[in-house]
Amino acid sequence: MSVKDKVIAIIADQAVLEPSDVSLENTLEDLGIDSLGLVESIFAIEEAFDISVPFNANEPSESDFDISSVSSIIAGIEKLIAEQA
Amino acid sequence: MKRVVITGAGTINALGQTVAETYAAMKEGRCGIGPLEMTDVDRLAIKIGGQVKGFEAEGRFNRQQIALYDRFTQFALVAAREAIAQSGLEFSGELAAKSGVVLGTSGGGMQTLDENYRSVYEEGKNRVHPFVVPKLMNNAAASHISMEFNLKGPSFTVATACASSNHAMSQAFQLVRTGMAPVMISGGTESMLCFGGIKAWEGLRVMSKDACRPFSANRNGMVQGEGAGVFVFEDYDHAKARGAEILAEVIGFAMTSDASDIVMPSKQGAARAISGALADAKINAEEVGYINAHGTGTAANDKTECAAVADVFGPHADNLMISSTKSMHGHLIGGTGAVELLACIMALREGVIAPTISYDEPDPECALDVVPNEARDADVTVALSNAFAFGGLNAVLALRKI
Repeated sequence: MSVKDKVIAIIADQAVLEPSDVSLENTLEDLGIDSLGLVESIFAIEEAFDISVPFNANEPSESDFDISSVSSIIAGIEKLIAEQA
Repeated sequence: MKRVVITGAGTINALGQTVAETYAAMKEGRCGIGPLEMTDVDRLAIKIGGQVKGFEAEGRFNRQQIALYDRFTQFALVAAREAIAQSGLEFSGELAAKSGVVLGTSGGGMQTLDENYRSVYEEGKNRVHPFVVPKLMNNAAASHISMEFNLKGPSFTVATACASSNHAMSQAFQLVRTGMAPVMISGGTESMLCFGGIKAWEGLRVMSKDACRPFSANRNGMVQGEGAGVFVFEDYDHAKARGAEILAEVIGFAMTSDASDIVMPSKQGAARAISGALADAKINAEEVGYINAHGTGTAANDKTECAAVADVFGPHADNLMISSTKSMHGHLIGGTGAVELLACIMALREGVIAPTISYDEPDPECALDVVPNEARDADVTVALSNAFAFGGLNAVLALRKI
């Protein structure tokens, strides 16, 4: 499974949706994922890829990790996997 | 209804091991937050806290006591000894039979849990010390205070996360006000600065890696602290009759539940607790000169708390002072309201408002007088202490100068 498909699967699981219902342009808010759902998704992503995501819920826009859409999350994770490999 | 006064105070926290040391630190705006010292600190992402340094159990407790007392119990006893010594009370006969102790704590004996989980899971041991249960139980600290001071009346522990101390002191206030107990020992204690305690908080991603900056636009989370605050709540007539020195009067309290979210605060729940405390104390909002804020330094709490204060106080919100001493001693979780009550007593009794330190830039969503960085002299008649816990459980106390 590609990074993209795996991340979509994690986000879909959190949103209680089918992966096919998650599009790259969606924001987490579009998908009904709240702040607790977000930190739970990040935890699942860290576990799935064995990476550490620098995310602080107090300053989501300040961290390097962009959570504004599904595609930005995937891009961020691909970057982290490359950096932390 | 009886009037209720505070006739003794004691503490140990990152700022000092007595009330006097703590007041001195608050007046200087000193920061007690620093690098954590503990096992496996290199495996933590969060490496700072308001840790009590240089604390020696030996000399304060004997060998048998040390074997029985988790660090949270040791902190509670140190604070209780100071408070009760100041009050001058000795408990015997009818006074002992009716007086009790209500403490707040969230985690209880977490050091004991952490050490013993490590022992059985990591080291693979199949035997633990026989005192694990009596050390870790949440009521251990309250029970040991009752034993050391012969308190035989209503005694229990309250656990409402970050509001535990305020809920506990609210209960003690009720017991004295209604005449059920002439004296109640109350406050809170916490010692969650262990590997498991920090690791659990890391998971929530609300912790700061560098500083606790309540109300500052660049705030980036909370910093944990540890310690205890303990007070003697006494029937005013009882205190007067024996010529006791009175530190402040407790005039009201309120407790509310948001009934909405397990971690996100609610402006309405906080506002109802603040206005409820004013109503219970039968005072006008304009009489409040100082609020010790819950002020955790998280994005969510600080703006919600400021909005709640603005709602309750209207134009007077711009006249009162509101500071968060968590910037100095960290967030003591279940013990935090007790240590923070000291800032209220200092304001009323010494006319000095403890500052919010590490304050860098104004946040338009926290546009109140947060007493940035430097303590301030001010004449305050009524002070409030806010506590808004995870789980949406809120408790606010009101104190008056006497």
